[in-house]
Amino acid sequence: MDYSFSILILALPLFMFLTLALGGNKMSQKFAGLLGTAGLLTIAVLSYMVAFQYFGMDRVDGIRPALMPYNFEWLSFTDKLTINLGILLDPISVMMLVVITTVSLMVHIYSMGYMHGERGFQRYYAFLSLFTFSMLGLVVATNIFQMYIFWELVGVSSYLLIGFYYTKPSAVSASKKAFIVTRFADLGFLLGILLLSFYTETFSFDQLTADGGFFLTSTSGATFMGCSVAAWAMALIFMGGAGKSAMFPLHIWLPDAMEGPTPVSALIHAATMVVAGVYLVARLFPVYLSVPEVLELITWVGAITALYAAVVACVQSDIKRVLAFSTISQIAFMIVALGVCTSMIPSEGGLGYMASMFHLFTHAMFKALLFLGAGAVIHAVHSNEMSDMGGLRKYLPITHITFLIACLAIAGIPPFSGFFSKDEILAAAFNKSIFWGVWMTVVAAITAFYMFRLYFGIFWGKEAKHEHTPHESPATMTIPLIILAVITCVAGFIPFGEYITSNGEAYHIHLDMTVAITSVVCAVVAILLATWLFAKPNSKPEKMQAALPRLHKWAYNRFYMDNVYQFVTHRIIFAYISRPIAWFDRHIIDGTMDMFATVTNSVAEKIKGFQSGKLQVYVWIYIVGAMILAAAAIYTLCIK
Amino acid sequence: MEIPYIYYLVVSGVMFFAGVYGFIARRNMLAILISLELMLNAVDINFVVFNRYLYPCQLEGFFFTMFAIAIAAAETAIAIAIIINIYRNIKNIKSDNLDKMKN
Repeated sequence: MDYSFSILILALPLFMFLTLALGGNKMSQKFAGLLGTAGLLTIAVLSYMVAFQYFGMDRVDGIRPALMPYNFEWLSFTDKLTINLGILLDPISVMMLVVITTVSLMVHIYSMGYMHGERGFQRYYAFLSLFTFSMLGLVVATNIFQMYIFWELVGVSSYLLIGFYYTKPSAVSASKKAFIVTRFADLGFLLGILLLSFYTETFSFDQLTADGGFFLTSTSGATFMGCSVAAWAMALIFMGGAGKSAMFPLHIWLPDAMEGPTPVSALIHAATMVVAGVYLVARLFPVYLSVPEVLELITWVGAITALYAAVVACVQSDIKRVLAFSTISQIAFMIVALGVCTSMIPSEGGLGYMASMFHLFTHAMFKALLFLGAGAVIHAVHSNEMSDMGGLRKYLPITHITFLIACLAIAGIPPFSGFFSKDEILAAAFNKSIFWGVWMTVVAAITAFYMFRLYFGIFWGKEAKHEHTPHESPATMTIPLIILAVITCVAGFIPFGEYITSNGEAYHIHLDMTVAITSVVCAVVAILLATWLFAKPNSKPEKMQAALPRLHKWAYNRFYMDNVYQFVTHRIIFAYISRPIAWFDRHIIDGTMDMFATVTNSVAEKIKGFQSGKLQVYVWIYIVGAMILAAAAIYTLCIK
Repeated sequence: MEIPYIYYLVVSGVMFFAGVYGFIARRNMLAILISLELMLNAVDINFVVFNRYLYPCQLEGFFFTMFAIAIAAAETAIAIAIIINIYRNIKNIKSDNLDKMKN
């Protein structure tokens, strides 16, 4: 099989980015939009071709081998320390190629309508191409260092797109917050990479994951603070992943990132970039399996995040923030699914890996659909606040139906895709222990509740006053919605276990009826509760709020996590660390440099009179000097 | 009766140092040029005198003087051309005022 065309998947978006960034101002908006979309359509087709070829290939020894069509040495510092760039095709990277290009294509089409007439339209498409390039580079990375490079590129493009409305102060601060928080997490990632590669002497994924034993034996001796070096390295790498995937307590950037244009939120902050952390853990899954204590940590982080974000999502009033917290919660589901794995074999505790990837796939589709639907709603009423909506089902029929499908999917109602993937996650959690199973089922029920609160808040309930009657979006916006809704309806029936499992062997998905029935019943009860509370205008929500004032206030303020960060950074780090450093910099370091300059300046001021440029003065000095020399010569000659 | 060569040297020495003084002290560029000529002529006298007294059978010193006079004439022509151009530009020929390119 020939995969040499796969390089185009990376080269094309980079080329599109350069074209749109350098020549964008000379193009009309329409042309730039069409060009970007056409480029992405090509990339998507190429990705589907790769996927078709790859998954159509015969298995070798029961598994699909990882292929490397390209892998060349990029930097070579010493014999051992070399950094490669290349393309790695294995089941998860091919799956990610399909997810990224599909969602990106939908967002490209949708943006032509949503961003129509916006200032900087060409710049927007250039950044979208840059993001697509970085994200594709991330998933096909052959080694952890290449992944890190693209990881940072993804961070930059996310920063650029969050701050797209750069005249809005809130967007600027949100972009800075996103960049700094993820950058802080990436510090851990880098340290982890260095630790890992120092002990294993390799960056490449196939060597790292080929044999967990090789990795462990080489590090078994070294321990630090009671944990092996392997555990530290993997925990630090997970910290990077947690930052990108907005895991508690590094989640604070994601809700603010909603300041960016809505399609960007759909692409970057819901479907693709934020699952990079999940992808990272999945990529290094065999290594993580060899350090069970880190897996335990991952499970806890994921479970706490899932619950926290779900509770917060129940009371937010900005629809994009509800979706942001629901994204955090759903990604935490994937993280938990990876964390509860105990072995490589799907039927013996390795189910979570498959479940996590499956949920990643389905979630990307229905969450992109939710965000794009929310964008259509915002487009119609020009507001993010739920109080400005209500009763929109009459005006936005297509958005209403597609949004409902996505809500049913995320709530886990069969036969929509979310049901199947979430069910696998719950089954994996129950496999590990009843405790995790119950915990995640509760979170799933809360998910159903807040999603239907959002749904009723937007499309039912009391109708808000509008300046002009809201109308359905143009076809460029509704077509992506319909396509994604169709995918959401059918994606659950993909035999995902045939394609992606932890050990690569085919695994036949079978529904665990107890788990499935429990979760569906919980979800239905939660939906009914939401219907009872929010479907018709009534005073029940206010009463509930009055009954639990403290919980509501805390949840509404996101349990004051932002304030804690504010306190820690401003009152402690800035006051006691940054300020002395700034003082030292300003007075000692700058002072030394200023001193050099001042001394040079004053000395020059003193001696510059020597070189007056007056020829006669020079001659005078010359003659006096010559006469002195002559006198000295005559004197010495006479002495002799 | 031969004039002792020291007399010539006194004359040329006086001329030379008069030239040096003028070159340093005067500010008028024509005066500076004249001082320069004085110094050159003092040197020419020295050439002739030493040739006459040290190598009476040879003519190198005389030739050298002829060359010096010819070149001094050419050099004066160039110098005066420069001075005229300066005058056109800054309306005087004081050497102190020639600082247009300095700052």
